[in-house]
Amino acid sequence: MNENLFTSFTTPVILGLPLVTLIVLFPSLLFPTSNRLVSNRFVTLQQWMLQLVSKQMMSIHNSKGQTWTLMLMSLILFIGSTNLLGLLPHSFTPTTQLSMNLGMAIPLWAGAVITGFRNKTKASLAHFLPQGTPTPLIPMLVIIETISLFIQPMALAVRLTANITAGHLLIHLIGGATLALMSISTTTALITFTILILLTILEFAVAMIQAYVFTLLVSLYLHDNT
Amino acid sequence: AASEKKLLEVKLGELPSWILMRDFTPSGIAGAFQRGYYRYYNKYVNVKKGSIAGLSMVLAAYVFLNYCRSYKELKHERLRKYH
Repeated sequence: MNENLFTSFTTPVILGLPLVTLIVLFPSLLFPTSNRLVSNRFVTLQQWMLQLVSKQMMSIHNSKGQTWTLMLMSLILFIGSTNLLGLLPHSFTPTTQLSMNLGMAIPLWAGAVITGFRNKTKASLAHFLPQGTPTPLIPMLVIIETISLFIQPMALAVRLTANITAGHLLIHLIGGATLALMSISTTTALITFTILILLTILEFAVAMIQAYVFTLLVSLYLHDNT
Repeated sequence: AASEKKLLEVKLGELPSWILMRDFTPSGIAGAFQRGYYRYYNKYVNVKKGSIAGLSMVLAAYVFLNYCRSYKELKHERLRKYH
């Protein structure tokens, strides 16, 4: 049981070849492009959704921040689609791997912070000291603000990893419990099954929310720095 | 000759020579994948009244391939007395 629980999180390798590359690239197949004005239903739906999300998310930025639209939209599409695909039975979710989430979080956060430091140096440095602090507290507060700045990429990556991994683990555990309880007491198995249904609904929501949160936070860091 | 016929028109005896005649260069394989993708896309998705079947067939194939990939670990979880 102990070994089985975590084997679903190992990176898929077939005959020593990294199958995980194909799995990471698979969601791109589900987003076809079309140059037509009136395309098929599938593409129209996706374009409508993308327009809705980009308007909602990029309206707070100035023109310099809006150059990041492509990056942030592809980010939310990627995280959302990989999370949702991971809810299919037996599939592998790349966002459960901390390595991948760190690879997404650190460059994006660093990009936002470094553009802030290059273009608006004084304003970026001023972020380290909230307004109206009493003078004796200043050194300690600067240290605290620096720590909270450097913890941002770690928090981004770990938040996504932990949420998705915990959800998958819960589904595995409660599903296994339902199966084991079936032969012991059917009523308890039914209750556990209801919990499983509710949990799956939650996981669908979490999949999309986590994508949104990740992208929103990156856009907030961007907003501070442009 | 057996060179340019489609697969369903090749006779069984000519099958080995037909397979050997296919283009196995990287660009040939990429072309095969591209043709297969557009065949599926234009038949099920890029139509006037596309339904959910176009997407769900792809997802079903994805689930099936993942099942095949993890069969080795899954066969230990069957409800049997002796594994």
